[in-house]
Amino acid sequence: MATETPGSASTCVGPDGSAIGLPQLCFDWFPNQIFWLIVTLIVIYFVLTRVALPRIAAVLSERAGTISNDLAAAEDLKAKAAEAEKAYEKALADARAEAQKIISAAKAEMQEEVDAAMARADSEIAEKVEQSQQAIAEIRAGALESIREVAQDTAGAVLEVMGTEAEQAEIERAVAARMEG
Amino acid sequence: MATDTGEGSGLVFHPMDQFIVKPLFGDGPVHWYTITNVTLWMALGVLGIIALLVLGTSRRAVVPSRSQSVGELAYGFIYKMVEDVAGKDGLKYFPYIMTLFMFIVFANFLGLIPGSYTTTSHIAVTAVLALAVFLTVTVIGFVKNGAAFLELFWVKEAPLPLRPVLALIEVISYFVRPVSHSIRLAGNMMAGHAVLKVFAGFAQVAAISPIAILAVTAIYGLEVLVAFIQAYVFTILTCVYLKDALHPHH
Repeated sequence: MATETPGSASTCVGPDGSAIGLPQLCFDWFPNQIFWLIVTLIVIYFVLTRVALPRIAAVLSERAGTISNDLAAAEDLKAKAAEAEKAYEKALADARAEAQKIISAAKAEMQEEVDAAMARADSEIAEKVEQSQQAIAEIRAGALESIREVAQDTAGAVLEVMGTEAEQAEIERAVAARMEG
Repeated sequence: MATDTGEGSGLVFHPMDQFIVKPLFGDGPVHWYTITNVTLWMALGVLGIIALLVLGTSRRAVVPSRSQSVGELAYGFIYKMVEDVAGKDGLKYFPYIMTLFMFIVFANFLGLIPGSYTTTSHIAVTAVLALAVFLTVTVIGFVKNGAAFLELFWVKEAPLPLRPVLALIEVISYFVRPVSHSIRLAGNMMAGHAVLKVFAGFAQVAAISPIAILAVTAIYGLEVLVAFIQAYVFTILTCVYLKDALHPHH
């Protein structure tokens, strides 16, 4: 295809410097073009495989790694936030429960105090009632005794008026029998 | 398609002169080792690739700068193309395909600079690229699959009597691949640039120069598109051929 004999410029280029025929079909120029093309391709190939492509591949994979790392970190932070929220909720619930406990304890204590006071008051009242009843019983007993004496005296006086002599013991017994009835 | 020289009207068209290979230093003949405008523009392409993919990514930033993200975009674009078209086992050949794509895309775009030389507009260049792809892919096909690679030409889905005919067609189309592969790229580049030059020539006539300049602008825009699309097409076809070599069963 390509003739090795270097053609002079005149075979494809006219004396006025313009092309004769189609420059693409000037076989004199083929070896030159092919030689420099091969040199160029080899240079590009080495530049690409030695430097450019590994570097770009590294950058791209590093970026992919960075992105997935960032996503993982975001996921992590999200989990942490959820955890913190849970802890907060738990603390809140604990505090509520504690407050509830304190309230009920206080209530129980107060109830106890109230109960104690009530009991004390009750016992005091019962004592007073006892004393009062005792006093009433004494008074009643006193009154009964007085009635008996009055009745005996009255009965003695009545008998005396009627002129009947009666023994003191007889009168006493009769009065007691009447009072029993 | 010889040089149009409308000398009578004073119009001078030299739409093909932009494709002339000439030595950078002196006027001597073009030997295979001569440093020519081919060398210059290929070297500029290499520098552009280094600037984009090496210097642009030198900071290795996790949050990329503008040039770094363009480099990463190119990387991701070709990587995904190889993965999608040729499959996971095609990724082994990703650096080769990336080399092809970066070379073509830079050559095409550098060629759009007014006054530049478009290396990919020459069939000598694209034919070498296409032949390299063709030979590599064929070798890979036979190494990976052995004789089973020939099943690529034996269409099992077709009725038996048709298969020899189809096999012939498949074989022919297989060998036409490098031709269409190379001519598509070179032809697109050459035609676009030649048309630009022709319209630029029309701009010499005052009466139609506004239209001509408008047309040059429009075609230039189209050529920007073509420059990328042809690089893309060349690359994706390479991936398709690679897929055929790795998985010859239809």
